[in-house]
Amino acid sequence: MTDLSAYQDPEVIQRVLHQARTVAIVGLSSNVLRASNFVGFYAARHGYRVIPVNPREEEVLGERSYPSLSDVPEPVDLVDVFRAPDAVPGIAREAVATGARALWLQFGVISPEGAEIATGGGLAVVMDRCFKIEHARYIGRMHVLGFDTGVISARRQAP
Amino acid sequence: MSDDYQRIREFGFHTRAVHAGARPEPTTGARAVPIYQTSSYVFEDPESAAAYFNLQEYGNTYSRIMNPTVAALEERLANLEGGIGAVAFASGLAAQSSALFTMLVPGDHMVASAALYGGTVTQLKHLARKLSVELTFVDPDSPADWAGAVRDETRVLFAETIGNPGGNVLDIKAVAAIAHDAGVPLLVDNTFATPYLCRPIEWGADIVVHSVTKFIGGHGTSIGGAVVDSGEFDWSNGKFAIVADPSPAYHGLAFHETFGSYGYLMKLRAETLRDLGGAMSPLNAFLFMQGLETLPLRMERHVSNAMTVAGWLSERDDVAGVRHPGLPDGPYAPLTAKYLPKGAGAVFCFDLDGGREAGQDFIRGVRLFSHLANVGDAKSLIIHPASTTHRQLGDDELAAAGIGPGTIRLSIGIEDPQDLIWDLEQGFARMHGNGT
Repeated sequence: MTDLSAYQDPEVIQRVLHQARTVAIVGLSSNVLRASNFVGFYAARHGYRVIPVNPREEEVLGERSYPSLSDVPEPVDLVDVFRAPDAVPGIAREAVATGARALWLQFGVISPEGAEIATGGGLAVVMDRCFKIEHARYIGRMHVLGFDTGVISARRQAP
Repeated sequence: MSDDYQRIREFGFHTRAVHAGARPEPTTGARAVPIYQTSSYVFEDPESAAAYFNLQEYGNTYSRIMNPTVAALEERLANLEGGIGAVAFASGLAAQSSALFTMLVPGDHMVASAALYGGTVTQLKHLARKLSVELTFVDPDSPADWAGAVRDETRVLFAETIGNPGGNVLDIKAVAAIAHDAGVPLLVDNTFATPYLCRPIEWGADIVVHSVTKFIGGHGTSIGGAVVDSGEFDWSNGKFAIVADPSPAYHGLAFHETFGSYGYLMKLRAETLRDLGGAMSPLNAFLFMQGLETLPLRMERHVSNAMTVAGWLSERDDVAGVRHPGLPDGPYAPLTAKYLPKGAGAVFCFDLDGGREAGQDFIRGVRLFSHLANVGDAKSLIIHPASTTHRQLGDDELAAAGIGPGTIRLSIGIEDPQDLIWDLEQGFARMHGNGT
């Protein structure tokens, strides 16, 4: 079992969440019942520009879908991956080439090789974590459904 | 690191008992968790409303399904148990029936400890009839019995950390291994131990249920329950179509696929709680949170008082036996050392020679112990199970639950232990015909 803790650092996760503006979601489905659609919908709702990357889709969540990351014609801050682990090294190379700042691998998308490629290219890497859950944990409202955020603080936050 | 970022640290149990789930309220700055006494919540706009009802966004819709005060309690309890989340209910029995309702369908089979709380035994038999689920009770002390009762249709194993009232200590790790070999979850009622004394999830339990009425509330004021999920069980292993397959009750949503480890809790809340409706009130949640803040302090006192009283009882000639799992020469001493190193709780039974009449006379003699059907109050409590809590059970079932006609159950409070012993002496005097 790979030790994933290096890719689940709360400080890195929060930095990625706060700094990203444009998020390319690789494997984003137009099926509203798929986890990728839940995450894409949530990210767009919270102000991120979401760019679908999926050769099997024309348009998802009102945005044009591109067949691959290399086809995306604008800069991308974060690449969020809903694909089988064996697709990750290729995606990581494209992410490095496009100048993305971070690579995020969703639950079960575990690829030490892909993570090494991305890290080598200067990207921050988060692995086996959900973008929506982590956003909701630190910035959003995960607590309203009784989930443990792990966040303990006596500071007052902005409403 | 930006000053806005949350510092994540492995906070200790006492700190988390006071803080988890309860950040200052952003609008007013209120430090205590406000009692959100509201049935419903105004939506920002139609898109937001739709997103909440579709479960695409975390938001409040209706207090039968979620409420900010209740959510703070849920988060704190989940945090203390080491779970990923919790759902609170109107009572402990509502919590456990909802936990089972979410995972079982007709034709399934469940295996349960024969030494459970009488109200739970009655509920399981009732649920089994209504859901057409088969039910097998086993000796909780025998891993071989647990393993032998498992069949292809088995979908859950159910036990208590500390049996009520027999004081059996569950070998959680062994029974969890049997459950996992069968591809089913182990559900543990941790009411008597509380997360301060034992955290079953750390030993392999998948789901923990509580009557938070007891030590968690701690003051005998309110009725409530909760289900905590470890998030570790694989509901997509082929045995739980009811959790994993697209749900007709939620426009085809496949809870486990879409929400991953949070799928069971989402289904428990968004379907079972929504549809069966056993919601906890915000005021009760507030009282339970206050209870949790002092849980570690109270449990230390409960446990030490109970050991003092149990030790005193076990020295007496007119006591046939004391069944406190923490007594050093008792049958559960090794399991207690392993699973309950900080103490084996504060509810235990002792047996009087002389049967039913002796038991009732004893209860007539005491005046500080409250004669009532509850446990886990700051006040000491006493009851005669054969004529009250376990009255619905037949003699064989009573024996299987470890209850005799002269069994007395005590729930030791946080009073001065000398005063508790003084009061019990009055019970013995009355029993021997010398009391007033």
